[in-house]
Amino acid sequence: MEIEVTPENVEREIFEGLVELGTEREALSHEATLESLDVDSLDLVELAQIVEDEFGVELRGDDVKDVRTVGEVIELVVAKAE
Amino acid sequence: MPPEGCALITGASRGIGAATALALARAGWPVRVNYREDEAGAREVAARIAAEGGAASVCQGDVAGAEDVRKLLAPGDDGPVLVLVNNAGIRRDALSPQLEDEQWQRVIDVNLTAAFRATRAALPAMLRARFGRIVNVASIVGPRANAGQANYAASKAGAIGMTKTVAVEVARRGVTVNAVAPGLIETGFTEGIGGELAAAIPARRAGRPEEVAACISFLASEEASYVTGTTLTVDGGLSA
Repeated sequence: MEIEVTPENVEREIFEGLVELGTEREALSHEATLESLDVDSLDLVELAQIVEDEFGVELRGDDVKDVRTVGEVIELVVAKAE
Repeated sequence: MPPEGCALITGASRGIGAATALALARAGWPVRVNYREDEAGAREVAARIAAEGGAASVCQGDVAGAEDVRKLLAPGDDGPVLVLVNNAGIRRDALSPQLEDEQWQRVIDVNLTAAFRATRAALPAMLRARFGRIVNVASIVGPRANAGQANYAASKAGAIGMTKTVAVEVARRGVTVNAVAPGLIETGFTEGIGGELAAAIPARRAGRPEEVAACISFLASEEASYVTGTTLTVDGGLSA
């Protein structure tokens, strides 16, 4: 059962996904850069898989290559669903 | 103990694939025995596994078809595929001046592209499980020459290159990717290419499918957790 794509739902799943990937919850914010969180390219692949599993939104490599911050990831998922 | 999941062996109705299915079942994995045409062979393999107390299901699918690969890798009652053995392979031999495009393409499709697609489909579950074992069945033909097999050699050399690169991409997630490179193994697949080659083998005999399966089983084991990106040659010393 896919979750409805709302900014709140996406933020929750992205935050949970990042914690699952080893990021400290306290470090998470929309402004935090993926680099500062040590989110590497393989983490992004896994995050994209979580997004696809939870929301049915497919993120391709090209979609995420210029994403810098957590907020941008969330915005991208919301935009792709529209 | 590894996480719960299963092992998929492509092309497992006979030869190295069948021996590998048996070996992985003995190692405790529920096994998916893939076949394309030889349903009777696949069912026999599954029955042998069941007779030994293991769990096996047979699954038809042409690995050269993208949709079939997706189906073969889909999570089932036996869990996600955490051990993938890309074994299905074909030969379409001819000397290069006479090697047709169709012969070239079909061998690349089945031996190389299919292995990549299956790997791509298997990785998400393996990454999330922080455990995965992918073993590609390559060949000593590829690293070595064998006249009449330019297509086959290209596909197997490609599989070894792919093995190395995917291995470094996912190593930090507990997923290993390795290859085995069998030499002359006694199976229906190698009929007609024994002869002179057998005399050149230091072991003075062809190998048995079980001897390749034992190597695959090791690479698929928890114990092989620090072995990745490598090719284990199983050829009775032929390449030494």
